[in-house]
Order: sequence, then C-alpha cells, then structure tokens
Amino acid sequence: MRPETEADLAEIIKGAAGPLRIQGGGTRDIGKPVDGALLQTGGLTGVTLYEPGSLTLVARAGTPLAEVEAVLDAEGQRLPFEPMDHRGLLGRDGVPTVGGMAASNVSGPRRIQSGACRDYMLGVRFVDGAGTVLSNGGRVMKNVTGYDLVKLMAGSYGTLGVLTEVSFKVLPKPEASACVLINDLSETEAVEAMSRALGSPFDVSGVAHLPVGVDGAPVTMIRVEGFAESVRYRSGRLAALFAGRDVTVETDPERVAAGWRYVRDAEPFHAAPGDVWRLSVKPSDAPGLVAASGALQAIYDWGGGLVWLLMPVASDLRARLGGFAGHATLVRGNEDTRRALPVFQPEPGPVAAISAGLRARFDPRGILNPGIMG
Amino acid sequence: MEMPVPNPAILARKEAIIAKLRGCVPTDALIWDEMETRAYECDALTAYRCAPLAVVLPATTEEVSAVLKVCHAEGVPVVPRGSGTSLAGGALPTADSVVIGVSRMNAVLETDYDNRIIRVQTGRTNLSVTGAVEQDDFFYAPDPSSQLACAIAGNIAMNSGGAHCLKYGVTTNNLMGVTMVMMDGTVFEIGGAHLDAAGLDLLGVICGSEGQLGVVTEATLRILHKPEGARPVLMGFDSNEVAGECVSDIIKAGVLPVAIEFMDRPCIEACEAFAKAGYPMCEALLIVEVEGSEAEIAEQLALITDIAKRHNPVELREAKDADEAGRIWLGRKSAFGAMGQINDYMCLDGTIPVSSLPFVLRRIGEMSKEYGLDVANVFHAGDGNMHPLILFNANKPGDLELCEAFGADILKLCVEVGGCLTGEHGVGIEKRDLMAHQYRPEDLEVQMAVKDVFDPAWLLNPAKVFPLAASEGRRVVQVAAE
Ligand SMILES: Cc1cc2nc3c(=O)[nH]c(=O)nc-3n(C[C@H](O)[C@H](O)[C@H](O)COP(=O)(O)OP(=O)(O)OC[C@H]3O[C@@H](n4cnc5c(N)ncnc54)[C@H](O)[C@@H]3O)c2cc1C
Repeated sequence: MRPETEADLAEIIKGAAGPLRIQGGGTRDIGKPVDGALLQTGGLTGVTLYEPGSLTLVARAGTPLAEVEAVLDAEGQRLPFEPMDHRGLLGRDGVPTVGGMAASNVSGPRRIQSGACRDYMLGVRFVDGAGTVLSNGGRVMKNVTGYDLVKLMAGSYGTLGVLTEVSFKVLPKPEASACVLINDLSETEAVEAMSRALGSPFDVSGVAHLPVGVDGAPVTMIRVEGFAESVRYRSGRLAALFAGRDVTVETDPERVAAGWRYVRDAEPFHAAPGDVWRLSVKPSDAPGLVAASGALQAIYDWGGGLVWLLMPVASDLRARLGGFAGHATLVRGNEDTRRALPVFQPEPGPVAAISAGLRARFDPRGILNPGIMG
Repeated sequence: MEMPVPNPAILARKEAIIAKLRGCVPTDALIWDEMETRAYECDALTAYRCAPLAVVLPATTEEVSAVLKVCHAEGVPVVPRGSGTSLAGGALPTADSVVIGVSRMNAVLETDYDNRIIRVQTGRTNLSVTGAVEQDDFFYAPDPSSQLACAIAGNIAMNSGGAHCLKYGVTTNNLMGVTMVMMDGTVFEIGGAHLDAAGLDLLGVICGSEGQLGVVTEATLRILHKPEGARPVLMGFDSNEVAGECVSDIIKAGVLPVAIEFMDRPCIEACEAFAKAGYPMCEALLIVEVEGSEAEIAEQLALITDIAKRHNPVELREAKDADEAGRIWLGRKSAFGAMGQINDYMCLDGTIPVSSLPFVLRRIGEMSKEYGLDVANVFHAGDGNMHPLILFNANKPGDLELCEAFGADILKLCVEVGGCLTGEHGVGIEKRDLMAHQYRPEDLEVQMAVKDVFDPAWLLNPAKVFPLAASEGRRVVQVAAE
C-alpha cells in the first residue's frame, strides 16, 4: 500500500484488519522485525513551504531527504543536525525520506553542538492508529502552545502514528570548515582531549575519535565551522591547546566533509562482518565501557557520548556491560539476533508503563509497527 | 476567568488532610493558615488570585513523593510551583488544591565540566545555575528576562526561552534529564548525562507540560563554555517594515547572531524615559548581538552593519566597550519595568513567521486604535516571538476585560498568519480558552490523552492548558469518583 494523500493514508489505517509495517524509504531497517502488511509513505511527497528568511521548511513525509537538502542548498542553508545515512551500514538501497529520518530521530556528529533532529522539528502532522489525522506544533521557531507531541513523535519509529508532514527549523550553511587532527592518542586520552575541545570557547561542531583511522593508526578529529577568518582563528587556537601532540589542521573542504561523512555513517563498519551497536553514554564513561564490551572495533563520536561498536554476531552487549547509565541499541544484526535480544534498551518499570500507556492511547489496536521498539 | 467550582468535599476535609500532610514534611514546611497561604494566591499574572487549601515546601524528592501519595489518596488537586513568575497563571491555585513549592530545593547536586553537565534541584533559580559555574567560565544558556527570580522547575514546565535562544535554543534543547514524581508518588527518572532518549522521548513531552504530568524535582542541564566575548550593535529605522526586512536579510546572509531584539516607538519612548539608555527616537530599533573573539566579532558586525546600511538606518551604533554594550542592553532589559512605571500592562507572547512581521505590526497598530488601548512591542525578532504589551488601567472598570479581548484578537492574528498563541510563557489559564483557535478538537484530545496516561485522575495543576469545556468530562469523572 502506497497512498498518495494524507486522506488515503488515514483511510487505509482506519480500515486495516491487522498489523502494519510502516516504511518510508526502507533505508533504516532498525528495530525488532515487524510482521505486518507493508504501508509505504513514499507517495506523500513535496516541499510544501520554504521561507529562507524565516529559517523554516515544511515537507511531506515521503519527500526524499536529498530533495530537501538540494532545495536548502540552493539558498545556502541546511538541516543542522547532519542526519546519518544508514544505507551503507545496513546494506540497504532505497531513498531516505524526511519521515523516516524524523521517526527515528536521526542525527549526526553535529548533534553535540547544534542538537538532534528532534530539536529542529517544529511541527508534525500524522495519522494515529485509529486513522485520525492529527497535528501538533507548527511552523514557527518558538512554540509552547500545549504539550510538545512533536518531540514525542521524533524517534517513535512509527509506533504512535504515521507521519505525513514535518516542519523544520533550518540554519545557514557556514562559509568554511576545518578539522584539527590529533594522532596516536589512547582512547582515554582521546576522550580527555575531546572534552577539552568541547569545553573550550571555540564552538566546535564535531568531535570524534577513531581508534583505527583510515591508515590504521588512532586519530582524533575536532571540527570547526563558520566564516573563513573565524575558522582559521579557532582551528589555530584548538591546535595550540594540544601543542606537544602530533597535530595537523585539515582545511580542504572536500577532505573535511569526507572525513565527517566517514564518522557520521560509521563507514569503517560498512564492509566489516559483525553486529553493530550504538551506545549513548556519559562521555567519560565511554572508554571503560568499550573495554568491557569486548568489541572488535569502536568509533567515538559526540566527544565519546556516542559510541559505535562492532561486535561478534549475536553477542549480548548489555550482558557484557552490566548496569550502566545510558542506553544501547542493536542497529545492525540479523533477524534471529534481533528477535532474541532487545533491540532498544529495556526501560525501567515506571517508564515502560508510561510508554505502554501512550502507545495504547495513540494506537489502541496495536497495529502500527507493533513491537518494533522492543 | 472561569475556574472550576472547588470540590466541597475536599474543603470540608481540610483538617484531616492537613493532619496527613503533617506526617510528610517538617512543621515549618507546611502552611495552611489563611493569612499565610495568601502569599501563594497568584503568580505574575496578578489579575487572578485564589489562595490554596495548603502549601507544602518540601526539601527532598522523597518528601515530594510522600505529599503526592497523600494528595493522590485523598483525591486532592496539586499545583506545582517554582518561583511564581509565570505570566500565564500557570501556578494559580484552586481553593481545594495543595501547592507544592520547590523553592527550598535549590541545591547543586553535581557539577561535571568534563561532561558539560550540572545536576540541580529544580527550585534553584535560573541565574544561580550559571552562578554556580561562571567562576570556571561556564554558563547555562536559556536566559529568560526573569532569570534572577524564576526557578528551573518553572523553566522546565513552561519550556522557557530567552534573548539568546536564537543560537542556543530554549529549555528543551538544554535539558538532558529529570527526576519527576508522578501524581501517585512514583519516582520517575529519565535521561541523564547521556544524549537522547532510549525509547520514546518522554523528556520532550515533560518539558513544556506546565506541571500537569508530574512534579519535577531534579534536572540535568547542559552547560557550555562562555564565548570569548560578545558585542551588540544598535540600529534604528524609520519604519517597522524596514526593520523587519533587515532582520530577514541578516538571517539570509548566513550570520547567526545570538540575539536579535526588536522594539517599536512606544516601547523605545517608555524605555528611554525610564532607563535613559540614550536610544534614538525612531520607529523601530534592533539590537543585534554576536559572539566570539575580537576579530570574529568585528567580522560579523561588519557584515551586519553592511546589511543594515542598505536599509538606510537612522542610527547605527556599535558598542566599543563593555560600558557601551551595557547601555545598549539597558533599555531593552528594563522594558517591562519601564512599561510597568507608566501603566498597568498585559504582556502577550505569540509567535509569528518572521516574514509576517510587518503585516502583523501594522494590524496591531490598527487594532490598537479600534480598542482605544496603546500597545508597545518588544520582542525576539530572529525567531518571531512577539511580546506586545497592551497598556490599560486596572482601576478603570471594564478596562481589564477590554485589554483581554484585544489580547485575544492579537493572538488569533498570530495563529491566522501561521504562528501560535504562546512562544515561551505557556498557556496556563490565560490562553486556555483560546486553544481551540490553534488546535482542532482531535488535536486537543490527543494531548489530553497524554495527560490521562501520566495523571489518570487529572489532579495535577487543574484547569490549565485545556479549555474547561474540553477537559470537563475528565474533571467531572474525577469529582464524581470522590
Ligand atoms: C518580568 C518577567 C519577565 C519574564 N521573561 C521571560 C522570558 O524572557 N522568557 C520566558 O520564557 N519567560 C519569561 N517570563 C515568564 C516566567 O518567568 C517563566 O515562565 C518561568 O519559567 C516561570 O518560572 P517559575 O519558577 O517562576 O514558575 P512558576 O510561575 O512557579 O510556575 C510556572 C509553571 O510551572 C509549573 N511548575 C512549577 N514548578 C514545577 C515543578 N517542580 N514540577 C512541575 N511543574 C512545575 C507550575 O505549575 C506552573 O504551571 C517572565 C516573567 C516575568 C514576570
């Protein structure tokens, strides 16, 4: 089923006899496998409003992300949260859509500075499990009118409703960028260095550490963006913070962009066999957790707050880590593993009760991607 | 403003309820004497007052939980309260309610510069959060004008903003975790020093829920290193339209100032008379602030003033030093105080698309003539969050009602042009009955369904946010169950 209007989508959901498997572009196959009739949103397309002077863009949920990015690019603007492209990691093809990105709250390295996808979502329209068309938020940057269901829909993986339209706050694209590279730090040293960079006044927009860089040796990456002079100044000051280390500054825009795409899309794991887990933790906890995980390889993003782990197939990462503050998601694993292990971090009792209560209210028949967030 | 009739059964059981609350908190933390509860009869929306049944001032999450368990068992409504600076009547009690004030819960629980977080009890004031880290050159970004007084509790409940949110975001973008006590006393932890929710983004819903989902007792907040410097430039224009175009051009040029503040002539005149900041007398003033090192500031200001010059400003004044910067901000920061000097006023808070600014200002001017009430406009122009201040005379019979009707018309206009009723102050009781202009019945219904899940008996912060008619069924069920 691939409706082309919101009204048709609502009719389909209203008339559904059983569970629905909701798909945008099908590029982010994350979560417990869902058994249900396929419902695609790819027919709901089009940028419905774009006002560069108001920093606002509204698009239907099935609009290809690339189309939105092209429209923004023509005005020198962008989605600030740098959404990851999951295709390489998950071995999928297809076309990422706005709705898929929003429903899984997908952000990238700039999340540490600018915020996540959810922070830039201003409004949503969606169809709930009863087939009712609903809206929340709007198209303006500041809005506290009623409860913020926009955030609730971000990252709800289709379980509360099927998004039909999303409005975003967008930002200007900076004129220049540079990346300070520090070579050969241990993981603990790297997290300390990243923390220093993030705790500086130099407004860094990305901080990552690859224990195994492209040439096989560890490299720590610190990005700054802005006007050319300012980028030169801040990258210089940052490099000076780490004087005594093996530091270089990359200023070639193509190379800077490629380096951050490598981190954003977890490229080192694309061809590597194994499961891939995503850990969200307190940055200073990261090296210890990586050691405890027995991972084959790790990538640190967000100054250590986000860790990608390449794990032997079917290993229960959470069991290896014991109790920890934060959460772990099995992003890539075969169907058997995803059925056997919780994909998302199990929630403590009171939180689980609220989540279940919300799902029961938004989707009383339990037909929208049932169980996907288990 | 219509409020629900207090539940007589609760009023009649006052003594018994007080006796139970005594077991929850130390003696000095329970107030029920009618003279003393009056101190809690309103927030900053002073036109509406109602003393509560009792006030408790707990010191810990456990005490909050104990109090809520009693209220839950007794079916007593609860009004959470921070510092009482809400402009929307968000903390207005009902006569049958217990106010839980978190003002004594003001400790810093943890400061962690390596991970850039601070954990506080929510009674702590906004400014004193920054105060706890500024000796180490860190700050907490959201900065409501009321920051000296307002508490993090209220900031979270209202998702408060501030002058610098164009760059740093509002409360929800800087809040990483909370400890919240639900109406039945269950303590609920969500988020922490890590980013983003594990499952559904409940933190995102709690922030901005106006005290209707739980009592928030602790919060983990993101802190940032201060920029090397900051400097404002002041520009005057001879029409609101031109000033509006200038804002739009600055944004399109790719500069992201930390603040763009807008004041119109009535506001400039009042501020000037009050604070003597040396503002030029013109139709519209913009204060644009940028941050960075000296050279970075100079570069951005050069770009901004170039754009401004294309719009023929009547005044263009760059702050040369901290003193001049202070003077530029002085008038803006005292705007509300200045208006208060000359009149009673009502402060609105609608948001509009930045592109509609000139149209909306013109319409407000026309309506001002129709209603015969003056309006001064001061607002965060970069994000379209307007603060029209309607001047009225509280002692003149009928003036408040006239002012409210005018205010409602302005807010409806905001919605009509694609904006919303409130950008940062919240709905409270003030805009409750206007909600139907922004949301269809089913859109309100789904929001109420969220409250059903967190607070099935609808005891938390009664009669706020939703039109009374819309929430009636739920509230009636609750009273009938008594
Ligand atoms: C002069 C002035 C200037 C202002 N400027 C701004 C501004 O620039 N930006 C802005 O956004 N606002 C502004 N405000 C509005 C106000 O200061 C904010 O809404 C503030 O966040 C309220 O905080 P408070 O602690 O005073 O909350 P209160 O007024 O005590 O309560 C506000 C709401 O929070 C709820 N609440 C309080 N404590 C808790 C808790 N522990 N758990 C759950 N819910 C709770 C209450 O029930 C109520 O609904 C201004 C107000 C004034 C008077």
